[in-house]
Amino acid sequence: MKDYFRNIYQAIVTILIGMGVTFRHLFVHAVTIQYPHVKRELPARSRQKLFVNIDDCIGCFQCARACPVDCIMIETVKAGKDEDLGETSNGQKKRLHVVKFDIDMAKCCYCADCVFPCPTECIYMTPDYEFATYDRNSLLLHFAKYSPEQVKALHERQEKEALAKAQAAKIKAAAGTKKPESET
Amino acid sequence: MEPIIKVFFNFIPALADLPNWLAVTLIGVVLAVGTFLYIAVFTLFGVWLERKISAHMQDRLGPMEVGGWHGWAQTIADTIKLLIKEDIVPEKSDRFLYKFAPYVVFTAVMAAFAVIPWSKKFIPANLNVGLLYIISISSLGVIGILMGGWASNNKWSLYGAMRSAAQMVSYEIPVSLSLISVILITGTLDMQEIVYRQSGTLFSWNIFHYFPFAFLAFIIYFIASLAEANRTPFDLPEAESELVAGFHTEYSGMRWAFFMLSEYANMFVVSAISAVVFFGGWQAPFGFLNFIPGPIWFLGKALILVFVQMWIRWTLPRLRVDQLMYTAWKVLTPFSFALVLFIAFWKVL
Repeated sequence: MKDYFRNIYQAIVTILIGMGVTFRHLFVHAVTIQYPHVKRELPARSRQKLFVNIDDCIGCFQCARACPVDCIMIETVKAGKDEDLGETSNGQKKRLHVVKFDIDMAKCCYCADCVFPCPTECIYMTPDYEFATYDRNSLLLHFAKYSPEQVKALHERQEKEALAKAQAAKIKAAAGTKKPESET
Repeated sequence: MEPIIKVFFNFIPALADLPNWLAVTLIGVVLAVGTFLYIAVFTLFGVWLERKISAHMQDRLGPMEVGGWHGWAQTIADTIKLLIKEDIVPEKSDRFLYKFAPYVVFTAVMAAFAVIPWSKKFIPANLNVGLLYIISISSLGVIGILMGGWASNNKWSLYGAMRSAAQMVSYEIPVSLSLISVILITGTLDMQEIVYRQSGTLFSWNIFHYFPFAFLAFIIYFIASLAEANRTPFDLPEAESELVAGFHTEYSGMRWAFFMLSEYANMFVVSAISAVVFFGGWQAPFGFLNFIPGPIWFLGKALILVFVQMWIRWTLPRLRVDQLMYTAWKVLTPFSFALVLFIAFWKVL
């Protein structure tokens, strides 16, 4: 009997305490951030969308090799002897045409392993995280500035040069059979 | 209904020329449509308010987008969505009962509006057994819920319906007994008369005039009416975490909306009854506030009680079935019986 009344008393008191808590919270400022209208600033080193400053890229493939999911695809063509591709912003000479620099953000795991090996610091993470699309293919980012015609021309030139080199090597080899091999 | 008919005749004299049966039917239809519109608007407002209150009690914001100011049009958008939704009837359900159930539930709730006194003049049907009528009509709803649960041919629906039957039948008793104790005090079943007996200031309202007893009766009535209206902490018939949605699991679109309408209308009805029976109905708390019309006082009192219902909903967790039965049979019923006996003796002596 004593327990019965104590239970009732406790039920009433605890319900009133709980109602007090909820009533106080009715006037507490909401913690919600109304996302599309109000955006929280991300930390300075947050890792979101990748970006490549292609003008600084020297086509060294270090980022592509570091990538654990192979989402960076690079193609390069050697510059001609008389061609000057300029310098990167930290003073390295560019010796290669970077004809293709694609990053598949659908594959990217945001580890930023590609950022650290870059000798010219041209690949880095930006704080932009709003790049959802309706088509998975549009997550494939193209950074190279070469048009398909230019790429074709460069490839043809490279092939021609290779052919010429091979022929030259053949001639050299034919001429050099009499000589004993000294180098390489 | 006579005062209302007189008011209508005053407004539209042409009605008096019609045969009596036609005029009465027309007035009845107008009143019913008005009640339905009121229920619809109250539900829109109530759902919005509930979402806002629940959100703010949990330090959230709730709907904020639709309509501009604090998402006021959110429930209107929801209603449009419900209207254009597909009406699914399960293949192996009892089609007639399935389609009929929401209307039974809704009619039972809406019928209670007939005897609610809004002001000195406006009470749709001034029955001399108004309170008895409400007690009896509000137990009809459980039939509709059982129909819906059984006809859905779904175990969750059936469980929900069975629970609701057990719950509503048990909680009828404390509801009736706590109202009976007030009937003993006022000595009438007439809703309008109950309000008149409480005229004066705040302290002549039943709840304060007969302080400990009527207050206890109010607490018992309030707890039991939460169970009657299937509100948390007694929302076992539609316990989301166990029964998907309870008796209305299979319902969609407008039929589901009718269950929702009746739930919110029921909230209002039980609050309106306690406003009438315990808080002096449409009477102002003090004489000098009489210039504010009665319906505003009545609505205000009812809405405050609706707010308390929502407040409790977002404070307490759901009871277990055995705790529910314990509360009804071992706590509320004995207390209300004791109260009735005590008040009866006191009245006789």
